[in-house]
Amino acid sequence: MDTINKSRRSLLKGSLLATTLGISGIVELLTMGQAHAAWPKAAFDGESMADVMKELFNEESVPNVSDEVHLKAPDIAENGSVVPISVETSIPGVTRIVILVEENPSPMTASFDLSQNAAANVSTRIKMGSTSNVIAMVEAEGKIYAARKNVKVTIGGCGG
Amino acid sequence: MAGIKAKAKQKGDLVQVKALMKHPMETGQRKDKEGNKIPAHHITEVTVSAGDKPMVTAHFGTAVSKNPYISLYLSGPQKGDTLQISWIDTSGETASTDVVVK
Repeated sequence: MDTINKSRRSLLKGSLLATTLGISGIVELLTMGQAHAAWPKAAFDGESMADVMKELFNEESVPNVSDEVHLKAPDIAENGSVVPISVETSIPGVTRIVILVEENPSPMTASFDLSQNAAANVSTRIKMGSTSNVIAMVEAEGKIYAARKNVKVTIGGCGG
Repeated sequence: MAGIKAKAKQKGDLVQVKALMKHPMETGQRKDKEGNKIPAHHITEVTVSAGDKPMVTAHFGTAVSKNPYISLYLSGPQKGDTLQISWIDTSGETASTDVVVK
């Protein structure tokens, strides 16, 4: 399988917490999860893919690439300051789509929290400092799926 | 200071929402003519809602392009419904707009 199963771990964590926090603590944790409220500062501040993976998903590394995640990006970006990116998947139950640029000073670029009313199909435009892999990650039902594409950048879009 | 240009269009079962936000999206890495660092100033969060119900919440870092563009697809909203799109940035500035599904 090209995925990482997180559900077992969260279940374990959940039961541990249940004993330590009691019911009210659990309810609070659940509501936090649903709201997805705060801007994930630590993930955006992470300077390597490993930092970001740890902050976002508590994982060591990016999962293997899945055929089910479609990442659209140009082969060559003449201008690194505007690189169009689209991420789409037919995997059901997607709750989050994350876009990362491996070689940028801060790889974490954008994250989309999707409600049940949102299709797993998002597009945006990003800045790339140099030629790099662009990585899209899709979170669905506690599993993470990834796609990767190398984009050649002729003129970087981050320096000054 | 800034605005949001948005369009929402029924496409089969889904509604495509496109939004263009006016914002400098400063990375904090650029320098001005005197060599002083220009502080980071970027949108952190964009929300697309229907009524009171959030449909999508996007979090941005510094590497989203200047004048950010997003395209999303929603199910549920119908032709004639109004969607709300808003953003907040690192200085606490906000902008919002309503868009009617066509």
